Amino acid sequence: MEGLTLSDAEQKYYSDLFSYCDSESTKKVAAHGRVLELFRAAQLPNDVVHQIMELCGATRLGYFGRSQFYIALKLVAVAQSGFPLRVESINTVKDLPLPRFVASKNEQESRHAASYSSDSENQGSYSGVIPPPPGRGQVKKGSTSHDTGQPRTSADQQEPVSPVVSPQQSPPTSPHTWRKHSRHPSGGNSERPLAGPGPFWSPFGEAQSGSSAGDAVWSGHSPPPPQENWVSFADTPPTSTLLTMHPASVQDQTTVRTVASATTANEIRRQSSSYDDPWKITDEQRQYYVNQFKTIQPDLNGFIPGSAAKEFFTKSKLPILELSHIWELSDFDKDGALTLDEFCAAFHLVVARKNGYDLPEKLPESLMPKLIDLEDSADVGDQPGEVGYSGSPAEAPPSKSPSMPSLNQTWPELNQSSEDTAIVHPVPIRMTPSKIHMQEMELKRTGSDHTNPTSPLLVKTSDLSEENKINSSVKFASGNTVGQQQAGVVAQPPAVPPRPQPSQAAGPVVHRPVDADGLITHTSTSPQQIPEQPNFADFSQFEVFAASNVNEEQDDEAEKHPEVLPVEKASDPASSLRVAKTDSKIEEKTAASAPANVSKGTTPLAPPPKPVRRRLKSEDELRPEVDEHTQKTGVLAAVLASQPSIPRSVGKDKKAIQASIRRNKETNTVLARLNSELQQQLKDVLEERISLEVQLEQLRPFSHL
Amino acid sequence: MAVCVAVIAKENYPLYIRSVPTENELKFHYMVHTSLDVVDEKISAMGKALVDQRELYLGLLYPTEDYKVYGYVTNSKVKFVMVVDSSNTALRDNEIRSMFRKLHNSYTDVMCNPFYTPGDRIQSRAFDGMVTSMMIQVC
Repeated sequence: MEGLTLSDAEQKYYSDLFSYCDSESTKKVAAHGRVLELFRAAQLPNDVVHQIMELCGATRLGYFGRSQFYIALKLVAVAQSGFPLRVESINTVKDLPLPRFVASKNEQESRHAASYSSDSENQGSYSGVIPPPPGRGQVKKGSTSHDTGQPRTSADQQEPVSPVVSPQQSPPTSPHTWRKHSRHPSGGNSERPLAGPGPFWSPFGEAQSGSSAGDAVWSGHSPPPPQENWVSFADTPPTSTLLTMHPASVQDQTTVRTVASATTANEIRRQSSSYDDPWKITDEQRQYYVNQFKTIQPDLNGFIPGSAAKEFFTKSKLPILELSHIWELSDFDKDGALTLDEFCAAFHLVVARKNGYDLPEKLPESLMPKLIDLEDSADVGDQPGEVGYSGSPAEAPPSKSPSMPSLNQTWPELNQSSEDTAIVHPVPIRMTPSKIHMQEMELKRTGSDHTNPTSPLLVKTSDLSEENKINSSVKFASGNTVGQQQAGVVAQPPAVPPRPQPSQAAGPVVHRPVDADGLITHTSTSPQQIPEQPNFADFSQFEVFAASNVNEEQDDEAEKHPEVLPVEKASDPASSLRVAKTDSKIEEKTAASAPANVSKGTTPLAPPPKPVRRRLKSEDELRPEVDEHTQKTGVLAAVLASQPSIPRSVGKDKKAIQASIRRNKETNTVLARLNSELQQQLKDVLEERISLEVQLEQLRPFSHL
Repeated sequence: MAVCVAVIAKENYPLYIRSVPTENELKFHYMVHTSLDVVDEKISAMGKALVDQRELYLGLLYPTEDYKVYGYVTNSKVKFVMVVDSSNTALRDNEIRSMFRKLHNSYTDVMCNPFYTPGDRIQSRAFDGMVTSMMIQVC
């Protein structure tokens, strides 16, 4: 096994890979971590990977030394070409293409691109190019590979072929294509003088042999191929071992390689066509996952609780430890429940694991749930169950609260204050219904402390758009519960069905948060759009919101009638209710009705029965609240402030707690994400440092530069 | 920065203990074990008061000439013990607190995993990773 002969290109490539895997620069690579990822990225079945590891002696040694690593890479190339794995095959197989690593393509590519883009930087190429985890690298890789495109592909073919010792085995056309494509290098390669790669290669080769612990590996090192080959290889660094096989490359490959390798190339091409993301979920898979989700949880926007998920995934017969790891990866918001996206990700990981893929350390990007799910699902999950929460303000939010002990201290106070003042920090609310709930929560929160959590929420909300309808309906459900909370005080007709129209829902719901508090004092901090605090108590608020939706734009109007509004508020909800009922162009109607109502200042005369009912109730509620509201209402709150305050105070505890819980969670996720991003940056910087050190080491013997 | 991190269950058996590998790990295990007495003493000292009023962060449990031991207890009587090097003078109390907070967060995440039964040893890779990030970099 020691007599491994490597061509120059292979040498270079292998040493690059080794440096990549050898992040600690200890000249040996642990069997786990990057090496495993690398091998997994080679698209080989697990048993083959294990076989390779055994053959190269890593299992014997417990780690990958440089020679073991090179042997392993060679075996990977052998396996990918379809040859049987044997020790002898290392040296006997000629014309072996460089091993292809799908996932790590990007890293290789970027690294090579950087390294070859300029002469002097060749050895320093690792700087900043040490790739992020494969999952993240996919995007980059895709883009760069597309950029390089055709010119590379044929050159690509040549590249693996050219460095091989026996040129006569390569197709006769290859030299031509070399020359042809040597002029089409990626990026700035064309500028490189031929002399560049030459000196680069020899020092590199020397450095390698000098530094390599496994010098025996180099014993059979073939003499450097002619300069031309270097150029072509250098010119096609990204392509060199890449894996992104273009269809053209596949064709070329077939001319060069055996049929067996062509099949693997096809495989890779298929993979590359799907962006080479081994974790991408195909449509049929996604459909299947969604169906499975429905069997557990019919509401696609709802959660699967942890226990149900546990039973479900235990059926897959994977070991509990792995299931636990899968859960860790897929439960993105760490709430102990799976949303649809999280469930699909978990299922996909289970499927991958059963097929032999190793689990990643981090959740691949393609499996990450969208942020919107975090908040919406949090709200959705919370709302249905929150009808009867205790009102003790001092209680810290449950479950996740321990995770932020320092914040826990503040929650109770905030809750109290929120209760007392019923002041909710108005938050700019987008019209998307999905965010409405969040905004309601936001508004419930007190003080400026929560602006921070809210702002990211707001940012996130901006991304949401897809779930408007569902969310809005959910919101209405929550609104219903809110109404029910107040049912004790006010017999809110829970029968009021959730407004079926999402558009309507959007309108009213949006304004709900705006309504609730009527803390006009805070309105200044938020855009005028949603000055009113969400008034959960009154389901009629939806219509009010619809009206207030219009009111947003007509802030002036609301402002004009702050005092008049208390009376008009009753009319507004009713009228807006009526408007909402119409199921169409609510906003327009509310716009029409709201101003009309506002101007009228009289209760609607003949509203439909339901609105009447509500209106009456709301009027009752409004009466005592008028005073409070007039105090609070500053600018816009007028209409929104019509929400009954008496029932509000009852529900306020729960709301406050809910809100604080939610806020907590959001902050948590935001901070967790921020943390992970910073960690990633730190990792990148450390890798850069390591690469720089490697470069330095290589540069030292030479007065290069 | 920490030399040893341990998570002790309510019944005082370890759920997770990890030390910097270069040292004689048994010594750290012993230190953690002895620190449990101090933790219990601190808990019982405020036992009369409501749990809410008790600080989760216990602070310096006891110093030795080489090391300092810090403690943190959760509301469910799960204890986190951290041993830091005395020579590492730059560590301020706030940093220790933040490290415990991170530990607590990760522990909560582990708890949320339905595949984890409380009382098991913690084998979560995410938790391991977080602890690694807190421990002294060996290389």
